[in-house]
Amino acid sequence: MRLSPRQVAAFLGRRLLFSAVVLLGVLVLVFLLVQLVPGDPIRLALGTRYTQEAYDALRAASGLDRPLGEQFLSYVGSALTGDLGVSFRSGEPVTQLLLQRLPATVSLALVGIGIALLIAVPAGIWSALHEGRVSDAIIRVTSQLGVSVPDFWMGMLLILLFSTTLGLLPSSGYVPITEDVGGWARRVALPGLTVGLVAAAIMTRYIRSAVLEVASMSYVRTARSKGLPAGVVVGRHVLRNALVPVLTIAGIQLATILGGVIVVEVVFAWPGLGRLVYDSVAARDYSMIQGSVLLIAVMFLLINLLVDVLYALVDPRIRLA
Amino acid sequence: MSAPVLQVEDLRVAIGRREIVHGLTFAVEPEATLGIVGESGSGKSLTVLAATGLLDAPGARVTGSSIVTDGERGAVELVGARPRTLRRVHGDRIGFVFQDPTTSLNPLLTLERQITESLEAHRSLTRRAAAGRALELLEAVGLPDPEQRLRAYPHQLSGGQRQRVMIAIALACDPALLVADEPTTALDVTTQAQILELVRALQRDRGTAVVWISHDLGVIGQVADDVLVLRDGEAVEHRDVVELTDDPRHPYTRELLAARPRLGVPGPPAVDADGGVLLDVVGLDVRFPVTSATGRSFVHAVDDVSFQVRRGSTLGIVGESGSGKSTIAHVLTGLARPTAGTATLAGQDVLGRVPADLRRRIAMVMQDPFSSLDPRMRAGESIAEPLRAHRLPRDGRSPRERVAELLELVDLPADFAGRYPHELSGGQRQRVSIARALALEPDLLILDESTASLDVSIQARVLDLLLRLQAELGLTFLFIAHDLAVVQQMSHDVLVMQRGRVVEHAPAAELFAEPRDPYTRALLDAIPPERPRAALERAG
Amino acid sequence: MSATTEQTAEPTGRLSTVRVLATNPVTVVSAVVLAAVVVVALLAPWVAPYGVNAVDVANALQPPSAAHWFGTDDLGRDLFSRVVVAARVSLQVAVVSVAFAFVVGVAVGVVSGYVGGVVDTVLMRVVDVMFAFPVLLLALAIVAILQPGMATTMLAIGIVYTPIFARVARASTLSVRNEPYVQVARTMGVSGRSILGRHVLPNITGPLIVQTSLSLAFAILSEAALSFLGLGIQPPAPSWGGMLFAAQGFLSQAWWMSVFPGAAIFVTVLAFNLLGDGLRDVLDPKQRTLIESRRRR
Repeated sequence: MRLSPRQVAAFLGRRLLFSAVVLLGVLVLVFLLVQLVPGDPIRLALGTRYTQEAYDALRAASGLDRPLGEQFLSYVGSALTGDLGVSFRSGEPVTQLLLQRLPATVSLALVGIGIALLIAVPAGIWSALHEGRVSDAIIRVTSQLGVSVPDFWMGMLLILLFSTTLGLLPSSGYVPITEDVGGWARRVALPGLTVGLVAAAIMTRYIRSAVLEVASMSYVRTARSKGLPAGVVVGRHVLRNALVPVLTIAGIQLATILGGVIVVEVVFAWPGLGRLVYDSVAARDYSMIQGSVLLIAVMFLLINLLVDVLYALVDPRIRLA
Repeated sequence: MSAPVLQVEDLRVAIGRREIVHGLTFAVEPEATLGIVGESGSGKSLTVLAATGLLDAPGARVTGSSIVTDGERGAVELVGARPRTLRRVHGDRIGFVFQDPTTSLNPLLTLERQITESLEAHRSLTRRAAAGRALELLEAVGLPDPEQRLRAYPHQLSGGQRQRVMIAIALACDPALLVADEPTTALDVTTQAQILELVRALQRDRGTAVVWISHDLGVIGQVADDVLVLRDGEAVEHRDVVELTDDPRHPYTRELLAARPRLGVPGPPAVDADGGVLLDVVGLDVRFPVTSATGRSFVHAVDDVSFQVRRGSTLGIVGESGSGKSTIAHVLTGLARPTAGTATLAGQDVLGRVPADLRRRIAMVMQDPFSSLDPRMRAGESIAEPLRAHRLPRDGRSPRERVAELLELVDLPADFAGRYPHELSGGQRQRVSIARALALEPDLLILDESTASLDVSIQARVLDLLLRLQAELGLTFLFIAHDLAVVQQMSHDVLVMQRGRVVEHAPAAELFAEPRDPYTRALLDAIPPERPRAALERAG
Repeated sequence: MSATTEQTAEPTGRLSTVRVLATNPVTVVSAVVLAAVVVVALLAPWVAPYGVNAVDVANALQPPSAAHWFGTDDLGRDLFSRVVVAARVSLQVAVVSVAFAFVVGVAVGVVSGYVGGVVDTVLMRVVDVMFAFPVLLLALAIVAILQPGMATTMLAIGIVYTPIFARVARASTLSVRNEPYVQVARTMGVSGRSILGRHVLPNITGPLIVQTSLSLAFAILSEAALSFLGLGIQPPAPSWGGMLFAAQGFLSQAWWMSVFPGAAIFVTVLAFNLLGDGLRDVLDPKQRTLIESRRRR
């Protein structure tokens, strides 16, 4: 595709600026998280391990003894360089702990979105192209059921079926893909399916409505009036135009999965970011909460930015305004 | 004589249980043009889409027969045909041009791709050969810079250019029949004239038969050999265009002919010269910021416009889309802010912060009768809204009495006050809008394309109403329209606008008799003449 | 010639929304199911055959039977009674939090859409920031700041669903604001407050009602997730999510412990979703709620 560099740069520049503004807001909110805690977060975090020395050390290390404005600036400064402070609980660097957990969550999220796309894209398109038929009704009912199932319950039912009853797959645990591909695959199967099925149900509905919307457009009638083969009308005219809304929903789903697998990770004892957030909330480890919330929000913004770039590639109206 | 290109027999279309097209029979002769004319709801588009097998409405049932014949390639029945059969006919033997050029082209594909598709499907041309043919077609439809345009996307073209591309697509495979469904309705009058010429020239060169659907008898007169007049899915009259125009047999045809706006209808009675100036606009200038995905720019919507309107008279403002005529209305009513200039009503400034009692002396009626009334308010409540806002009337009568009086003024029964907008027809809604505007007891009534969306027969009645109201109430009108014939009928003075500037401003009689500006002349020339073209050709 | 000779639309009267909805069997069934859930929740103390925390260790982990319709848990508590009482808790949390989100979100959205300019820009950037956090994460962060409990759960879920109401309200307000009938009202000197009250609000209720129904479904799911994590409704108060958490340890021994509370969530959420869909077809033909929630969930 022919890209005009100047216009693409202008478009991306605007999107980057927008993301930067939102990022600043995210930083303020995440920073305020610790400030808003009623009482003394360090004291809460130390709990029964409280001694005056430990308290002073942690307080100085976290910078909480300095004025608010100064704290914020230094927080933003270090956050931008990748330094998210130390865990209130373990004293280890937050960034390091997050990076240890990231691969497990990313692999689960990618498996989940992969399963979701494999199901939702064909189901959504089929459903829209067969609007009003029996197959459409079945797909709509199934996706409506899927949207209404709590993901952790779905996980429990899958464990009940595949682990407890059939004994086919392990119900928990994690092996890095780099160590043992087969073991990883067996363990990621059930949590991946849980995440994927729920996301598939949501995406099927949106893809169906996006395809239906495009199919009602006047240019699709033009395509039919040319006597093109049915496959060309659907592929070149309907699906290509439906790609933009589908990209949006896929991006949002990926971001949502990355930040929303908390319960699924808890059900399957999956040592990812979600599990880390959960443990940190339970332990009131505020610097850890801050760090993981920030990381997830930043991933969300990056995915949105990526979706915007893909838009520009698909749609000449954005590319060549 | 050879067989008709399209022979339709007893065509019926039902949607659900309701029959909408009731047994139509007509034929399209080779190299000839059949015009199908009718008002909204007549079923004219439905008829042609059903006859050509392109109807795709859920629950639609088509019966009867429609046979397309193309020389040595034989005849094909289209009603009830299998999709494969229809695909071989569409694009190859029948080409289509639709109404709205902004939505009829795929926004994501280059023009080249959209033209070559059907060549590849029907002619098995290679990509390269098809591209060469696409270039020829773009040249044939008169698109400037065709080589560059091949790689352009639809959003980079104007409406008229897009419609030329649609025609190129329709004619790509040299079809025997071209179906044109209101192809010029969304276009400006000068663009419409160009498209009419283009289709006629192409038809002459290629010997294509045409079915031309339109609500506009003027346009039909320019293109058609035969005319089918449709009302409520039934053929009212089907005859040669010249005979039909000269000697309409059916009262409905006569009504349509009488109601269509045409040049030369005498304007409103002259007004008293000592009424003085009511509205005085000096040096009005409006710029709008336009934000797109890639940046910000400014549109100069109104560029240094000055004019005066005498009390009791009508100033007509004409121009094509983008001429800035509606922006003037928005500025005068406070919906838009001017960048520079002044406007005074009887000496009082009406731009900027305007006291309520002055604001109400300028009222406006908008174009779309469907959206200018709140769907959740009864007609009476809508009319009473300005009464409540300004504590009117001030002569001690109740708002309810005043609402009844206003309804009577616009020829609606008093019990219409209890109706919701969806229970009213387009013309009735526009009457309610007029009553609501009159509730303000205004001096100046701005009519912004107020009759443009109405069917011609209804438009004629609303125009009569407006003239009567002006005479009875001594109102001053700012009559904004794109239709010069309507403007001539309504106006004492006329202002012609082009791209935000005034190109001519003169008393109506003078302007129509001796237009000075070339643009005004172009606008006047572009209006389809009253006599069908076929009549002139036969005479000459 | 009189205007009444013009073709007149049938004076059928406004087809009432309820009558249109009643023609869709799915909508009717979901409304009936919801009504049943609400009635059971309201009458929970009378419907429940046993006390929610009536421990009976001798009868622990009993499968469903005539005495215990849904079986008993590891402490011998009657699961049917617990599910019924938890319905009340769940609905209460959902209704209060969605009411909060509705009031705050609609106020922000309508002001943002109607006033426009700087106010709109600032409010919408705040909403964008909130959208950058996944729902459950944001709720967890709020719970982490405050003490877990019913009030915190309501507040957290309320805050989390505020932005979606703001977006739907703003989008609807913007489109109504540009409708010619609002423009005409402005040119006629009708006051801003009067336009908001008489034109804008009545014409944006459709999408908002739809969004409310869908948000109730989401809110029940969020509350269940929080309670499942032990950060929502705190024991001894029963909650569907909490019961599922307890059931995890007994997946192989007592399937009923996980099946019935989960099914309760599922049926309730499904009913709200179906009702929302039925309402959307009638009240929000432009699918504003679908477009806006594409960015959420």
